[in-house]
Amino acid sequence: MKENLPNVTEVVSAYSSLIVYFDLVKWKKNLPKDKLVFEHLKETINGLLSQPLLPDEHPSRLIKIPVCYEGEFATDIHDVASANNITAEEVVALHLSKTYRVYMLGFLPGFCYLGPVDEKIAISRKPQPHPVSPGSVGIAGMQTGIYPLASPGGWQIIGRTPLKLFNSHATEPALLRAGDSVQFFAINKNDFNDIQNAPVLPEGNL
Amino acid sequence: MLDTVQDMGRYGWQHLGVNPGGAMDKMSAKVANILAGNDCGEAVVELHFPASSLFFEQPALIALSGADFSATVNGDEVPMLHPIMVSKYSILQFHKISCGARAYLAVNGGLDVPEWLNSYSTHLKAGAGGFKGRPLQNDDEISLKKHTDVCTILGKKEFIVLPWKADTAWDHDEPEDIYLLAGNEFNRLSDDSKELFIDQSYTITTQSDRMGYQMKGEPIFTDANEEVISSGVNFGTIQLLPGGQLTVLMADHQTTGGYPRLAHVISAHHYKLAQMKPGDTIRFRFVSISTAEELLVKQHQHLLQLKNACAFRLQQYLNGKS
Repeated sequence: MKENLPNVTEVVSAYSSLIVYFDLVKWKKNLPKDKLVFEHLKETINGLLSQPLLPDEHPSRLIKIPVCYEGEFATDIHDVASANNITAEEVVALHLSKTYRVYMLGFLPGFCYLGPVDEKIAISRKPQPHPVSPGSVGIAGMQTGIYPLASPGGWQIIGRTPLKLFNSHATEPALLRAGDSVQFFAINKNDFNDIQNAPVLPEGNL
Repeated sequence: MLDTVQDMGRYGWQHLGVNPGGAMDKMSAKVANILAGNDCGEAVVELHFPASSLFFEQPALIALSGADFSATVNGDEVPMLHPIMVSKYSILQFHKISCGARAYLAVNGGLDVPEWLNSYSTHLKAGAGGFKGRPLQNDDEISLKKHTDVCTILGKKEFIVLPWKADTAWDHDEPEDIYLLAGNEFNRLSDDSKELFIDQSYTITTQSDRMGYQMKGEPIFTDANEEVISSGVNFGTIQLLPGGQLTVLMADHQTTGGYPRLAHVISAHHYKLAQMKPGDTIRFRFVSISTAEELLVKQHQHLLQLKNACAFRLQQYLNGKS
């Protein structure tokens, strides 16, 4: 869309919404005095949205992500299990049972919103955010996601990946992009440490 | 201490979750750059009180804007909003908060820090951008991209305050009033809560930083407890927290959020909000989109005039003295 809209700084899409950042002053110059830039842009964008969609320029990739669902990595797995009257083992099995779609990245650098999870492991967010370690895999509602960096967060944490989801030195800093498919596979703590300590992390595919 | 290198922000990366960041008070950052003879987008130092003392290993042309932290050069008071030439081995210090919350230091030539994702701004969470991706610490050394020779003008003087001052009189209206446009979820508020939101004063709490300000007021609530699907948020977005309090997102805001978005502070009032500190009170006022657009255009025109006038004065001054 950005190509068809001059003087637009950035377009940010979420599940069902779009933010368009625009340069008000540059737009204003080209409009009659009584015309609001906002109204003009709204009309233009609605016009663009009614045109047929072009095929996605990026083919969808399948990315496999190792997760350790054990011990201190899975701080909230028992809450998720008891809230749904199942065992922690079943939570893991159900979380592993599906291929998820990356709906969007947002919130934190590289944070991915994936879903939908099996409804038997769906759970609401925590009432208060808690400190979350990098790599933590969580559930919120029907969504699952991975915290790339240490941050306060309200998602229920069921495991941790040793992969780096966001690398600020890379030309493509985020491992995932919207539209990708993600499959999780379980690893134990030894595998976790091996992968984390590997000099070069595999590019998501193991 | 939270002194960071900032610029106008890092746009174009929010689809990866990388928020724009940048100076909290971008107006003041621009004014400092204009006074120092730089482009508005040069990197500046954003200072919070207590602020770093800065030692100049080379003579420099500098300017201070934003909050007034009672600055001195080698112990002598220096004013805000003037270009100042400082000699080699000068020390710039800050003594108390006279007004505002964030001061900006621009140095002619610009700070020589690497760009990360096309911006000089420090991204604290990612540990990237700005000066080594972190706040400034004791003994850090920042070079300048370009060096303007001001030695001949300074002679034996320790510093010279150049005789023109930036006019920042665009903020004549009531300092407490923060103008808003309604957010997508404003109508979810109960009628009583809508009234309360407009009628009451909010106090900025100490739980406030570059990411956002937590506001304290009588709690307000939505009619139904509907979940909001994660949607985009911006600098100035006012979110309703589950307990009925508000958070106003600031420069280091996250890119998306799942709390109801009650309103958005208009862009022309971001600078005002950025200069408020814990304990300050705010009243929210809804305005029309046309007012929001007009105010931003006015601000831009004011800056443009300032830029032309300052560039002219500086050129004249340097030519006349050398």
